[in-house]
Amino acid sequence: MRYLPLTPDDRAQMLGVIGAATIDDLFADVPAAARKSETFDLPDHAGELEVERELVGLAALNRSAGAGPFFCGAGAYRHHVPATVDHIIQRSEFLTSYTPYQPEIAQGTLQVLFEFQTQVAALTGLDVANASMYDGSTACAEAVMMARRVTRRKKAILSGGLHPHYAATTQTIAHAEGMDIVRQTVAIDAEAAVVDAIDAETACVVVQTPNVFGVATDVTAIAEAAHKAGALLIVVTTEAVSYGLLKSPGEMGADIAVAEGQSIGNALNFGGPYIGLFACREKLVRQMPGRLCGETVDAEGRRGFVLTLSTREQHIRREKATSNICTNSGLCALAFTIHLTLLGEVGLRQLAAINHAKARRLAQALGAIEGVEVLTKRFFNEIAVRLPGEAAAMVEGLLDDGVVAGVPFSRLDPHAGLDDVLLCAATEMTLDEDIDAFAQALARRIGR
Amino acid sequence: MTMQNVGRPTRPEDVQPLAAEFASLTGGRGLLQDEALIFERDGWTKTGVDLPEADLDGSDLGDLARSAPIGLPGLSEPEAMRHYVRLSQKNHAIDLALYPLGSCTMKHNPRLNEKMARLAGFADLHPMAPLPTVQGALALMDRLSHWLKTLTGMPAVALSPKAGAHGELCGLLAIRAAHEAKGDPRRRVLVPTSAHGTNPATAAFVGYSVTEIAQTEDGRVDLADLAAKLGPDVAAIMVTNPNTCGLFERDIIEIARLTHEAGAYFYCDGANFNAIVGRVRPGDLGVDAMHINLHKTFSTPHGGGGPGAGPVVLSEALAPFAPAPWVVHGANGLTLVEETVEEAAQAFGRMSAFHGQMGMFVRAYAYMRSHGADGLRQVAEDAVLNANYIKARLSGVMTPAFPDGPCMHEALFDDSWLEGTGVTTLDFAKAMIDEGFHPMTMYFPLVVHGAMLIEPTETESKQELDRFCDALVALAQAAKAGDVDRFKGAPYLAPMRRLDETLAARKPRLTWKPESGVAPAPLAAE
Repeated sequence: MRYLPLTPDDRAQMLGVIGAATIDDLFADVPAAARKSETFDLPDHAGELEVERELVGLAALNRSAGAGPFFCGAGAYRHHVPATVDHIIQRSEFLTSYTPYQPEIAQGTLQVLFEFQTQVAALTGLDVANASMYDGSTACAEAVMMARRVTRRKKAILSGGLHPHYAATTQTIAHAEGMDIVRQTVAIDAEAAVVDAIDAETACVVVQTPNVFGVATDVTAIAEAAHKAGALLIVVTTEAVSYGLLKSPGEMGADIAVAEGQSIGNALNFGGPYIGLFACREKLVRQMPGRLCGETVDAEGRRGFVLTLSTREQHIRREKATSNICTNSGLCALAFTIHLTLLGEVGLRQLAAINHAKARRLAQALGAIEGVEVLTKRFFNEIAVRLPGEAAAMVEGLLDDGVVAGVPFSRLDPHAGLDDVLLCAATEMTLDEDIDAFAQALARRIGR
Repeated sequence: MTMQNVGRPTRPEDVQPLAAEFASLTGGRGLLQDEALIFERDGWTKTGVDLPEADLDGSDLGDLARSAPIGLPGLSEPEAMRHYVRLSQKNHAIDLALYPLGSCTMKHNPRLNEKMARLAGFADLHPMAPLPTVQGALALMDRLSHWLKTLTGMPAVALSPKAGAHGELCGLLAIRAAHEAKGDPRRRVLVPTSAHGTNPATAAFVGYSVTEIAQTEDGRVDLADLAAKLGPDVAAIMVTNPNTCGLFERDIIEIARLTHEAGAYFYCDGANFNAIVGRVRPGDLGVDAMHINLHKTFSTPHGGGGPGAGPVVLSEALAPFAPAPWVVHGANGLTLVEETVEEAAQAFGRMSAFHGQMGMFVRAYAYMRSHGADGLRQVAEDAVLNANYIKARLSGVMTPAFPDGPCMHEALFDDSWLEGTGVTTLDFAKAMIDEGFHPMTMYFPLVVHGAMLIEPTETESKQELDRFCDALVALAQAAKAGDVDRFKGAPYLAPMRRLDETLAARKPRLTWKPESGVAPAPLAAE
């Protein structure tokens, strides 16, 4: 077996050094009833070629996003990742290292994390960011629980524009910890409605911009209302490229910003691994979940980086930790940081502008079709459209035209009564021809 | 898993530099460059991508548009490449040498798995793409599930948890839902003192209070203490098996029996599954839920801290409460049950936005298929053999915490052999760096004084194990011979000397800030 270096001779010699007669002697503590002597009903080992054949075969059963006109978004976005990013993240020293607990031999990872934290803080307009969470949805749940620790209140208000999966994840996790999660009625453009629900028990309000329908909102007034009541404002973003064009959460008064960072540096990967971004105001840092990298000096006074403030974390504080998170999304953070370094501010702004322009073109093309209503007025790169029928059926029909039209809202939430709503995103990957093909096919099907 | 040294911040004052230490004039060390941060390279107007001009600007967004500078530097492609490659050279990696972190299972990461995860059919696949277009992905999830269920002897698996701790959360939420469904919400979870920090943290996260179970002198769960602490308010026990001392819980079946008798569920922390994969099925031990760290046992790369994946296998009793989504065979091929439909009525909710760590599923499945049933069994055997070999070779100079009987996949030593030398576990570990090895897990488990937990894994050759043991024997002899400076000042030869963690925590500097206090203005430069 190609991954196992020991030879039968090695094994015999080693057993001799140990003083054991057989390998079974080393498993002597396993109760006899649980020792499985026969092998499992699974195939035996396979060569690289054989494994590759099976997996290439499975991959071929999928239609990748790049196979034709493609408009899915809803929390995961198809962007171009420079070849340099994937090359660097496959370097052994990044790919096959552990969490940087020994800083003297992990400065590569640590300096990257410090750069990552600074980039995320800049993007979100907040003071500090952690070294990543699993994804945007779990970061959202963690932010809500952090608000409880900060305010010592139990109620969280989720706006109706929050991605239904984020709402469900937050509901599942934060509710278990004893929080009251108030989820407002799903609505396309009703972020301001959270203001009326804020009361003296409110720990936080959670508002997404651009929201799941693509609507971009200025949340400044919501921040003011929350702060007046002693609550925190958590701003969620599922499309990190939008930071290049839209006002940052910090600028609008957010106390905590969480985001899905997949858009920058990371592939779609059918939903994971992704990367949760998590930033907050400096005064809240000791209540933050997750790892933090900080600057220090070594014994010779040279600048270096270490993991710090770890007394918040599970391996030190155990049941009193701010979170149970251990493994995070380190390599995805590296990809994010490399991509953002390649972009720079100039490139990110330009990329964001291209995305916005593509979406405007898409909105114009779809809006021109009789029977189609563009519901999203102010958007970044994603819009919600109302079709004259079930969106799910239309998406399935359009597959025959070679078009993946987007995500039917009913797939995310079948109980919202928005079965005729389709979410469509455009990015720099979207060709003008793709938009034309989509619009033509849609018009044809509606006209039938 | 965890490295307890971070809880004991080091200060370098007591470190004595080598008398005749040579320093370069520019701060680098030969090929190791002193590398500035991206923020210190005046790249405020640079970019390393060539993008077309946008047809439109964002002016239609009015006051929603960002006006202030963001503060992001850019680098051209060659500069970016050099920057990150230089940084990479300051890292230890499993591809460089044995990486003996106990509880972390740092094993070889086959590159076939990387190649497979990057196939466009997997990597360029949207989680919400129409189901007819993702049949291959669902089939892979289905096959992975079959392997995980077969290897563990458990009837169900939830794939969506994104890491071990997230899997623990999933398991405890299923347990909580099961108790609530019976109208018997319980409040306490029992956790052995030797447990990973994530166990009590997770229990608290789910709203349970945590009670510790004592350990016996031979490093196992104290059955009498367990029996005494079980009661009608106990929801679950969380036991790692093999445990964090690297020992198999001999009384595991009795532990499960007592737990079930008290109406509680048995959560097994599967972090150490590598020791028993292919030889022991947790389902035969009475386990109700167990997470499997695909990034440990099934070799998806650790990536400097993640991503991982933590699927949770579940017993019949807990399976109905599994979180959405999951894959089912339908009339038109494979489909996903999402939490909003009737089949998922008992599902406790959702762990994350989509279906889990697909990129890790592909890698783990490629790894399982490569090993096969026979190879996986050999994995466990060689992992255990390697650990026992290290234990045998080092027992002459170091003190095993539990000398009697074999260990499983990791060898645990205490620091009693260092008594009187003036050298601590931390010093010893730092001196290993100078010899070219990553330190073992230190000061964990908490139940062993000055613990040194060594997990070699099965992917080390006998030559590498001997090289490692030779180095540790030489170091141990040096410590006992009074060569204290070698340890107190260590590491001397690493990219950096010992770092001041106390300073870092006292005055946290978590982001780069321009020294002038004025943010650069890239917009003005445009």
